[in-house]
Amino acid sequence: MTATESPTADISRSPAGNPLGFGRMVRKEDARFVRGQGHYVDDVNLPNMLHSAILRSSYAHARIVSIDTSAAEAHPKVKAVITGKILEALNLAWIPTLSGDVVSVLATDKVRFQGQEVAYVVAEDEYSARDALELIEVEYEPLPVVIDAKHALDPDAAIIRDDLEGRTDNKIYDWEAGDAAACDEVFANADVVVAEDIIYPRVHPAPMETCGSVAYMDKVTGKLTIWSTTQAPHAHRTIYALVAGLPEHKIQVISPDIGGGFGNKVGIYPGYVLSIVGSIVTGVPVKWVEDRSENLMSTSFARDYHMHGEIAATKDGKILGLRVNVLADHGAFNGVAQPTKFPAGFFHIFTGSYDYPAAHCKVTAVYTNKALGGVAYACSFRITEAVYFVERMVDCLAFELKADPAELRMKNLLRPEQFPYMSPTGWEYDSGDYPRALTEAMRIAGYDELRKEQAERRAAAAQPDADPAAPLMGIGLSFFTEGVGAGPRKHMDILGLGMADGCELRVHPTGKAQLRLSVQTQGQGHETTFAQIVSHVIGLPPEDIEVIHGDTDNTPFGLGTYGSRSTPVSGAAAAVAAQRIKDKAKVIAAAALECSVDDLEWEHGRWFVKGDPTQGKTIAEIAMAAHSSLELPEGVEGHLDASVVYNPPNLTYPFGAYICVVDIDPQTGAVKVRRFIAVDDCGPRINPMIVEGQVHGGLADGIGMALMEVIAFDSDGNNLGGSFMDYLLPTSMECPSWELGETVTPSPHHPIGVKGVGESATVGSPPAVVNAVLDALQIRQADMPFTPAVVWRALQGRVLRPDLAIE
Amino acid sequence: MRVTVNVNGAETSAEVESRLLLVHYLRNTLGLTGTHWGCDTSNCGACTVWLDGVAAKSCTMLAAMADGRDVRTVEGLETEAGLDAVQEGFVEEHGLQCGFCTPGMMMVARALLDRDPDPDEATIREAISGNLCRCTGYENIVRAVRWAATHEAAARIAEEASV
Repeated sequence: MTATESPTADISRSPAGNPLGFGRMVRKEDARFVRGQGHYVDDVNLPNMLHSAILRSSYAHARIVSIDTSAAEAHPKVKAVITGKILEALNLAWIPTLSGDVVSVLATDKVRFQGQEVAYVVAEDEYSARDALELIEVEYEPLPVVIDAKHALDPDAAIIRDDLEGRTDNKIYDWEAGDAAACDEVFANADVVVAEDIIYPRVHPAPMETCGSVAYMDKVTGKLTIWSTTQAPHAHRTIYALVAGLPEHKIQVISPDIGGGFGNKVGIYPGYVLSIVGSIVTGVPVKWVEDRSENLMSTSFARDYHMHGEIAATKDGKILGLRVNVLADHGAFNGVAQPTKFPAGFFHIFTGSYDYPAAHCKVTAVYTNKALGGVAYACSFRITEAVYFVERMVDCLAFELKADPAELRMKNLLRPEQFPYMSPTGWEYDSGDYPRALTEAMRIAGYDELRKEQAERRAAAAQPDADPAAPLMGIGLSFFTEGVGAGPRKHMDILGLGMADGCELRVHPTGKAQLRLSVQTQGQGHETTFAQIVSHVIGLPPEDIEVIHGDTDNTPFGLGTYGSRSTPVSGAAAAVAAQRIKDKAKVIAAAALECSVDDLEWEHGRWFVKGDPTQGKTIAEIAMAAHSSLELPEGVEGHLDASVVYNPPNLTYPFGAYICVVDIDPQTGAVKVRRFIAVDDCGPRINPMIVEGQVHGGLADGIGMALMEVIAFDSDGNNLGGSFMDYLLPTSMECPSWELGETVTPSPHHPIGVKGVGESATVGSPPAVVNAVLDALQIRQADMPFTPAVVWRALQGRVLRPDLAIE
Repeated sequence: MRVTVNVNGAETSAEVESRLLLVHYLRNTLGLTGTHWGCDTSNCGACTVWLDGVAAKSCTMLAAMADGRDVRTVEGLETEAGLDAVQEGFVEEHGLQCGFCTPGMMMVARALLDRDPDPDEATIREAISGNLCRCTGYENIVRAVRWAATHEAAARIAEEASV
């Protein structure tokens, strides 16, 4: 009796006990991480390596009068001091951003935000490099600042980008989507129109590992190797080639283990370029690693959207239209990383999960004296802002109509038979069953009981002998639709690079496989999940499939991991590659078994003769045959390899229903999240354990953004969130034990039906928390983060603008 | 100045600048890169090690302050008998994603279980509240510590039964 015929053997499990395909499986990568053997950029140490540090501007806007580096150069351990003037001579003082602008590597004319790069020191050790920064004398002439985006277009506002020829104001662009005239008509005739100002404040992805690089330019071979904290190693390689004029085949970008990305590590930072310059100048490897303040003050922030919205509805709560004007604060340089065609990212998916025909958005982007960025922090190219906006507006409508927010949502959700659904702003939602997800969330939450408890508490609080310390209970909902997995390449590119991703699968003679990916993990577990995808298709055990990624010399080209695109794009590439292997294996099996291809049937990782299962070949046996002297049919090459470039036909549209329950201390304003229920639908789950982990992390992001995270500025442009003492992140104490549920609606166009999920919870959770807080306070609108001070002020009827320390 | 520190049971000694932080002594002088640096301000806990058996943040301590004392790092968790139960728990319960906070989290968790072998969820949450994680939302870290507590309790019972 063979193992597969044994009544006790689980044929869905590998010899190591792993699922052959989908299912819970502990992660392959954990073996090194729990031993402290992860290999992050700061762990890279090369012979003769030097260290470096960046001098940053203390002003938000100032002309540079002079820079004196002589004392720093005289420091005995300093090897090089580099200023913008030196870079100008190399034509490297400015580099292109990912959105058609330029950004300075080291400031030459003036500084435009606090924390901007001004000078660079290479020294024998990091301490000496930082000592030398203190020895550089910079004379500044302070200029008026533009901090509040609402005043960036004032006639007397200082012109930030006078480096750009012909600039007379601070506007970057106007952009619109939808049908303004249709909206005008709907809004003019609606029973109810609710208007509201909503800010999604500036926040920061703040991965636990800051950004850094180690660059080595080998003068003999002419090869540049750069280890860097990048989510997109191939795109970086091409950009280095374009920017520095280096030959692309002699650039190797290695993205080793990355300590969290969340969009913070998509762009190219001056520090990476400077480490390359440092290595070219000194001839040895140079390491640059920023500290936490540098990370928070100078690397890609997220959001900073100031929205004025209007929602129109019938008096019984049928939504008729939604429109919004957005003022987008992009900071001092337009450095957003997003598909070229969409300057406001995917914000125009703001119609959300509801059925109504009229929608319009207009986005005006402006320069301010703040750091650049905007598209980051697991935002799915600004779908976070879109979902926050629509979910707040729906709650504002419920507030005005005195309607239950769950009932109002249920009444307006798209119905399953409407899919594929073409949204009023041009998105084709691939699949969904929204009412089922909301019903499931309400079931898990015990929604009716929660509302009953809330009514009882409110009644008790209205009594004359009420306890003044009794917590205020709030229940908040959100329903989100995401669109993830960019391309298709004809619609989506970054800096001209079409968003399609390569993948190579090679089955070795003994039946062990290597899968090479263009995408790169920052903790998502690619080494495990992608092995499971291949296992699902060809039946090899996941432990026999090695996933290789994060090294441009050893992987095919592709755009990288952000916008939840790894599984929708590269996951599809891996599935297609595996399918090609399976198809080729069939031909080889037929040759080996001396039968017709049509006589073969597939089951459990082997091709066998129909009606005679003993006559068959496993993939491992076929791999050996493919490499042997077996005569193959005409036109069939030997070996068992496949190479794919996957161009997604559409985005995948995961969705979910979230419910948050909070208790607020009326005497301190402190918000306690009592419960959080999250029902996610991302299609079939390849590894449910990993999917749940992705959701957990995003839910914590929602707590953070709703309750504590904000990068605020004072009137001089000083960044008030420049350390973890000031920029607060949620800890284990603020997070509840998450209650998860799921529904499964496969994507019709993805080869294995799956949808991206990495950012779903970050996108979907902030409005649920905010809606809960405002429900507790019984206030229609106030802006997050709901720190105790903000809640307290709201309770006093004086709503605070949390993004500025200006009143 | 010269510092002598017992790290994971082995004596280490080096001539260092008096201002050298303990985290840099471990990472750069000794090459023990499992201990990470994340924030400078004692907020994130990625640098957490043990100092004489107590969890401490090595980014805000001088190497000199560890002179003559015992330090334990993530590299000292695994023994010849295998992975520590805390390490196994983090794997089994998916208590890590990017892995950057994990060494500090595990050092705190090990210290907790040594003083309280059966902590409830609230106790675990309080114990790890000085360590930040951006990936897991903490849920699976709590489960990982519970996993370790449960398996160590089972191992103790089995050991007692066999005596």
